[in-house]
Amino acid sequence: MIWVITFALLLFMIICALAAITVRDLLHATIILAAYSLVMTVLWAGLNAVDVAFTEATVGAGITTVLFIAAISRTRRCSED
Amino acid sequence: MRENVVVRTVSRLFVPFIQLFALYVIVHGASGPGGGFQGGVIFATSFILLLIAFGLPCVRGRFGRSWIRAYAAGGIIIFAGVGLTCILFSGNFLEYAAIETALGIPHLQTLMIDIVEAGIGITVMAVMTSIILDFVGKEEEEPL
Repeated sequence: MIWVITFALLLFMIICALAAITVRDLLHATIILAAYSLVMTVLWAGLNAVDVAFTEATVGAGITTVLFIAAISRTRRCSED
Repeated sequence: MRENVVVRTVSRLFVPFIQLFALYVIVHGASGPGGGFQGGVIFATSFILLLIAFGLPCVRGRFGRSWIRAYAAGGIIIFAGVGLTCILFSGNFLEYAAIETALGIPHLQTLMIDIVEAGIGITVMAVMTSIILDFVGKEEEEPL
């Protein structure tokens, strides 16, 4: 049963990664990257790498999202290419 | 955002608990998951919550530029001081066992690990807060 959950999380992670690079709005991409980080945290904790999971949760989902949002607020929100 | 009562009240309630959890993570780093870096980042997150709810002048008033500079340098001084003290007791850099055998105090090693973790946490907290505050601040403000 546990491999079903792991497979679903990995699939969700790949979908998040593909969506983050295809979406036009950069704010949406930032939020999708935060969700990606959260799923990555669960996967690290499942691999018994609790320290890495801790760092991923604090830096990946916390600080990086705020930094990206601050950077978007200083520049343009939508990409043009 | 400034006039929203719910956001201000909830963040005012949550900030002390986030900071307490950060201190727990720093102290618990020697014996389990966690450590100076993670605890420092969690501590900086509490300042981000304060920034979102109360605005930049409130955070600048509570945690000014000179204090950020002092904390960022003080953590490094603690880290390097413990490491160089180990060299004074004829060990390698950060070799706590040299002090423990020289002074004969039992369990000094775990205390030294906690002091080093606290130094790392202080520096990471100050630098992360400084990065975020400088990102959010206006361009007319003089940089650090």
